[in-house]
Amino acid sequence: MGFLSYLVSGLSLGSVYAIIALGYTMVYGIAKMLNFAHGDVIMIGAYVAFFALSNFGLPIIPATLLSIVVCTLLGVIIERLAYKPLRDASSLSVLITAIGVSYFLQNGAQIIWSSSTKVFPAIFQSGSVSLGGASISYLTLITIGVCLIVMAALTLFINKTRTGAAMRACSEDKGAAILMGINVNHIISVTFAIGSGLAAIASVLLCAAYPSVYPTLGAMPGIKAFTAAVFGGIGSIPGAFLGGLLLGVIEIFAKAYVSTQLSDAIVFAVLIVVLLIKPTGLLGKKIDEKV
Amino acid sequence: MAKSIFSSLFQNAQKRNRTVSFLIVIIAYAVLESMMRSGNLSSLFTSLLVPMTCYIVAAIGLNLNVGISGELNLGQAGFMSVGAFTGVSISGLLANTVPNDTVRLIIAIISGIVAAAIFGLIIGVPVLKLQGDYLAIVTLAFGQILKSIITNIYFGFDSAGLHFSFVENKTSLLPGGKMLMNGPMGATGTNKISNFTTGVILILLSLIVVYNLMDSKSGRAIMAARDNRIAAESTGIPILSTKMLSFLVSACLGGAAGALYGLNYSTLVPAKFDFNTSILILVYVVLGGLGNMTGTIIATIVLVLLPEFLRSMQDYRMLIYAIVLILIMILTNNEDLKVRMSRFSLKSILMRKKG
Amino acid sequence: MDSNTRNEAVLKVDGLGIDFGGLTAVNNFAMSIKHKEIAGLIGPNGAGKTTVFNMLTKVYKPSRGTIVFCGQDTANLSIVEMSKLGIARTFQNIRLFSKLSVLDNVKCGFHQSITYSPLDAIFKTPRYRREEHEVDRKSRELLKVFNLSNEADVVAASLPYGGQRRLEIARALATSPRLLLLDEPAAGMNPQETEDLMNMIRTVRDKFEISILLIEHDMKLVMGICERITVLNYGMTLAEGTPEEIQSNPEVVKAYLGE
Repeated sequence: MGFLSYLVSGLSLGSVYAIIALGYTMVYGIAKMLNFAHGDVIMIGAYVAFFALSNFGLPIIPATLLSIVVCTLLGVIIERLAYKPLRDASSLSVLITAIGVSYFLQNGAQIIWSSSTKVFPAIFQSGSVSLGGASISYLTLITIGVCLIVMAALTLFINKTRTGAAMRACSEDKGAAILMGINVNHIISVTFAIGSGLAAIASVLLCAAYPSVYPTLGAMPGIKAFTAAVFGGIGSIPGAFLGGLLLGVIEIFAKAYVSTQLSDAIVFAVLIVVLLIKPTGLLGKKIDEKV
Repeated sequence: MAKSIFSSLFQNAQKRNRTVSFLIVIIAYAVLESMMRSGNLSSLFTSLLVPMTCYIVAAIGLNLNVGISGELNLGQAGFMSVGAFTGVSISGLLANTVPNDTVRLIIAIISGIVAAAIFGLIIGVPVLKLQGDYLAIVTLAFGQILKSIITNIYFGFDSAGLHFSFVENKTSLLPGGKMLMNGPMGATGTNKISNFTTGVILILLSLIVVYNLMDSKSGRAIMAARDNRIAAESTGIPILSTKMLSFLVSACLGGAAGALYGLNYSTLVPAKFDFNTSILILVYVVLGGLGNMTGTIIATIVLVLLPEFLRSMQDYRMLIYAIVLILIMILTNNEDLKVRMSRFSLKSILMRKKG
Repeated sequence: MDSNTRNEAVLKVDGLGIDFGGLTAVNNFAMSIKHKEIAGLIGPNGAGKTTVFNMLTKVYKPSRGTIVFCGQDTANLSIVEMSKLGIARTFQNIRLFSKLSVLDNVKCGFHQSITYSPLDAIFKTPRYRREEHEVDRKSRELLKVFNLSNEADVVAASLPYGGQRRLEIARALATSPRLLLLDEPAAGMNPQETEDLMNMIRTVRDKFEISILLIEHDMKLVMGICERITVLNYGMTLAEGTPEEIQSNPEVVKAYLGE
């Protein structure tokens, strides 16, 4: 394999990270919390898609839609039951609660579906196109395409709709948003719904590339996507997109040119270097304390 | 006048809390040790004692860093890992030269502390320049990096000396040689020399270290830097070295805990000290109360034992653990619920009778 | 301090300026303060007074100009080093260590003068005991000066407003400064409290033999205790002189009352 094919598969992996990172960054931007259970929503999405495809024999589009619906509902329910009562609590308490939710989802999945790995069916036609000497599989193209569509749709939503404007207002200044008559609780619910829906899309793309489904499936992509979100500047939507893509490319390059075993270490080392140069991530806003 | 009475109560409460923490440890030790000697403790329960002391020591350290210094550190397991593999390796190397188990254990723990301190210094410089959630993610990242590095270390010795390789195992030992660290397989064939008594002494020493630091200019500086960074600097308190001190003490206690932990098992894989372990220790700290060492000790004891008490529920135990965790966070942090709960508290019932 | 330095300026500022992005907040600011002098810095809201304080203590790095303190150029010094050198301050929006006790807040001020190491503290060596005992004694003395002895063990955040302002000054003095910067010390005080504060500022100057520079909107206080006043407007020095000179300066009256 050459440079170009590594780059493309890096962009493909990065697209999945970017979609997950969008969920992290939106929730952080508006609810100011690190939602560590986000990765486990991906896992639930993967199981739903798996059963829809294998047991109910649904085609890929309806299966993905079903997964999106389930994850969206799940996201909203989690927010209502676990996070909403803690709206005024310290961020550390919310973090621990999110970890509790993560344990709950992982162990719930283990009880219901057992810890044994399920093999995700092949959903996309195998085959590839040739581009500049590198062969690129359909799956890779679809993944990158979906990511671009998601990003474009989200940007339109945030910038062109009333709800989007309210979301921007909440992330800027929650107090002022309330005074302007924005229902902040409603906006937070919408944010969780969108983030979780995106997690479902990511889960299908992830499982199409790495076809095994198990209860702790979401943990590592979750941490990586969180890293991607911080990398790009947490709270920034273009930042999550950029961070996700870069992280994917760095990971694939590290695997290809340095060492498979050390790829994770390299990814995290790059994150640290970036934060040392730009302490709020690539596109993050600098916040100065007024003295 | 009323105010000064209140304030002296406040001071006494703090002092009492410290005494209580020592008493809890000593009484728990006396009870458990005598139960163990008389054979009244199940083997499963006995096997949890040393890990429990390790987690307490690591959590006391982390509470200094997270609770008192106010830095969200998500990498404590990394320092435990450094301490564990250093301790296990040193103990393996000294198996013949220092035949006395207790002496070797002490040497191993000290080398675990030193190794964790070295890594703490290297990591602390970049970490402590950041703030808030960014600091948190960088400690997480360093935890992951440490795990990756340790997973790739191959280290052994034979009659020809020490052999070391990284990523790929290129060490070929002569007959009679011994691998101390074997990549992802970690350490195997370790002499189990840790014991409950050493663990308890380590807890008591950790408490003394943390409490004495709190009573000094360092403790005041740590809290001042947390409460108001700019005022602290303007008062002549250097932020970086102050935060470094709490980060280092936390790392050292993590290293000590790791060494004790590693020498309690004949095999130890690097994957043991992953992100989940860091989170586990953080949970002990938060549930016990930020800055409250007594609370940390109690929370650790309860949470280490809870899954075992729930063993009859089998598969459901971790699910119940998760629900308990969420419920405790909501019950202790939600203002509405707090007000409603306080109506049923002992204090308010007594007050009502008086009124 | 020998008689030579006594007549020299403790603080000498020249051409001081700072830009935030493209905006010049303070430009070409100059002033000097003599030993044991009480000086005032006044000006309309937003004139850049607190920004000057932030530059003098290096909370902000000045873009231009020199700050010479006790004959030493402070160009590359940090906030902590400025404190070590002898500049202490209070803040407009009180910045106490809110969860520490009143006594511990003052003890923090002695941080630089304590020489024992963390290891001394862990092993409670005689050196630790001796120095802590000394710090405790000196801190309680300071609390007595500021009428806070009864609240020594109270958490700082629970002090009433006036007490918090006094505690901030006590903490600043604990760093044994040669120059004390007070940012609106009388803000939120009633006339009686302001009167007490004026006396206290004079007492502090005499007892600790230091220079004081204060920002204040209460003209009665400023004119009552300042020996020299600098007026700042739109980030530039508008006038400098004795209270009488300032009061009769038409430029100053115009800046305050508008056209």
